[in-house]
Amino acid sequence: MIDNKDYVLTIDGLKTYFEVDHSVVKAVDDVSLKIERGKTLAIVGESGCGKSVTAYSILKLIQKPGKIIGGKIVLYPSNGKAINISELNERSELLYHVRGGYISMIFQEPMTALSPVHTIGNQICEAVLLHSKTKISRKCAEEMAVEMLNKAGMPNSQARIRQYPHEISGGMRQRAVIAMAMITNPELLIADEPTTALDVTIQAQIIELMKKLQNEYRTAIMLITHDFGVVAQTADEVAVMYLGNIVEQASVREIIKNPMHPYTIALLGSLPGIGRIGKRLAPVRGSVPDPLRRPQGCTFHPRCEYAEKGLCDVGLIPGLEEVINGHKVACRRVKEIRKNGK
Amino acid sequence: MENKNTILSVKDLCKYFPVYGKGFFTRITGYIKAVDNISFDLFEGETFGLVGESGCGKTTAARTILRALSPTAGRVIFKTGDTVVDLASMPENLLKSFRPKMQMIFQDPFSSLNPRMTVGNIVGEPLVIHKMAKGRQLTDRVKQLLARVGLSSEYINRYPHAFSGGQRQRIGIARALIMYPSLIIADEAVSALDVSVQAQILNLLMDIQDEFNLTYIFVSHNLGVIRCICDRVAVMYAGRIVEMAATEELFRNPLHPYTKALLSAIPYPDLDIKLNAVLTGETIDLAELPHGCNFESRCPYRTTDCLCCVPELKKVDDNHFVACLLKN
Repeated sequence: MIDNKDYVLTIDGLKTYFEVDHSVVKAVDDVSLKIERGKTLAIVGESGCGKSVTAYSILKLIQKPGKIIGGKIVLYPSNGKAINISELNERSELLYHVRGGYISMIFQEPMTALSPVHTIGNQICEAVLLHSKTKISRKCAEEMAVEMLNKAGMPNSQARIRQYPHEISGGMRQRAVIAMAMITNPELLIADEPTTALDVTIQAQIIELMKKLQNEYRTAIMLITHDFGVVAQTADEVAVMYLGNIVEQASVREIIKNPMHPYTIALLGSLPGIGRIGKRLAPVRGSVPDPLRRPQGCTFHPRCEYAEKGLCDVGLIPGLEEVINGHKVACRRVKEIRKNGK
Repeated sequence: MENKNTILSVKDLCKYFPVYGKGFFTRITGYIKAVDNISFDLFEGETFGLVGESGCGKTTAARTILRALSPTAGRVIFKTGDTVVDLASMPENLLKSFRPKMQMIFQDPFSSLNPRMTVGNIVGEPLVIHKMAKGRQLTDRVKQLLARVGLSSEYINRYPHAFSGGQRQRIGIARALIMYPSLIIADEAVSALDVSVQAQILNLLMDIQDEFNLTYIFVSHNLGVIRCICDRVAVMYAGRIVEMAATEELFRNPLHPYTKALLSAIPYPDLDIKLNAVLTGETIDLAELPHGCNFESRCPYRTTDCLCCVPELKKVDDNHFVACLLKN
């Protein structure tokens, strides 16, 4: 362990690049993160910022033309040796247990995450049978599935395990996916936009369910989302990503109450409907640039209100630096922005 | 709104979709009541929000008003200039002359633009169809509109695939504006966009509203967006309007149990407002609606009376209507 905190996963200098048309898209470029046991880390950003690629890289699920070209990912199970995922062979037995056993994943669209030709029960049992440390019977696995579905708030779960995904609603499907992810009692749950496809009342139910299960199993959650509302309601730590880099990282309280990076400030400013009606919003100007033509210097400078010529548009991408207690910002002008207020 | 000129008045509008039984000689065995007896007035220059969860009938309502779908029953009185017409009962061939006055902006900027047409053709097509401009005049109008929505007029010969989601939505807005309509229905117009771009498009919609003297019906499931842009809001549940009020009034003082639950389920980016998932269960099956209130099965305040009769939308306060037995 690096410091006195109990980490479940550490990522150090992760780089995942995609080679397209003889040029390279740096989808994730030098990202370092640590996730504490039993806590929730949220990764926030707009589409194309590399938040999902980071998650897929942890499970080594990057497909061609993508490639993890650097970085170290280490998993620390609560009992047992640390596992260096980045060095695991593609076909190793251990990687097989990391995926689905130690680390589970929930996807955005529950219909595409479930097999349409297998029953719910079948699919949940499969996870148990594949990853259980002791040999268990099919019947026993089925009982576990029913119990887990009950915990996931699925009404009438005894009957549900005989049903196919198309027979149940979107909210119920997401409950089934969560049951499937949690049944192996994973160390880390990666949730990629778990509530984006759901209605707001169902979303609230799913958020509460995930919190409840997290408390019960002490699972760490890596929540990938674009919604600051969901972040504020669930996360402990937040990392804001822009064009493959983390631009700001802090506790949720710090991010919401005291955002420092111009991008985070702008993102929070562009949220509609908080206390203002009929007034113009303050959006980020322009749009996310083509990842093949990343701007020089700070990648955010063409859209930044505070950008300074000769400072922000030259040199390398600014690195994350700690400003105050655990609040890290990647901006060359952060001191002046803080001093002059927002 | 000082001038309360009614531009559109929807009266008891219904849209039922038939459900067919099995077998060769299919028989209608029931109806899905997607829109069931909704009524509201739309005033000139305002933004009217239709909000609700998926399947509540908000999109069907919007499309039925425009006669993209034929209504089962009801009237849609539309005022344009000095003419007053009922869109719901108008024959198809007469409708065409009123189409330019009402336009639509769609949710998905990827499927709502024809990938084989250039931006110039997409935006200019309405003018061609209605034979209102051609040649140089057409190109000029298209360029002018593109510039207004924040796109360079050089883009006129490019195809939609070359644009980002936000830019495509701007193209969709230019296409809606080119006929100088009086009514625009925006169906989830910003739902597919990232927050920073979403804010840009919302600003654009608010700006052009004054400039072109537009009236909006804004359909959305996003309560934050609704609160930002709408003057009045109608909350729909299972095909019916359950509550209708001025936006601020609705958010400050929701009366219907469903509205209350919906508002408490919004995750705010504020650590002091805690999420409260009061509603259990899911939306009812539209094919098997109960006799009484549609919300009865999920309502925390239900009584036996709620099973018997359908609550009507009744006025409780100036500009605040609610359909709940407990409030009447």
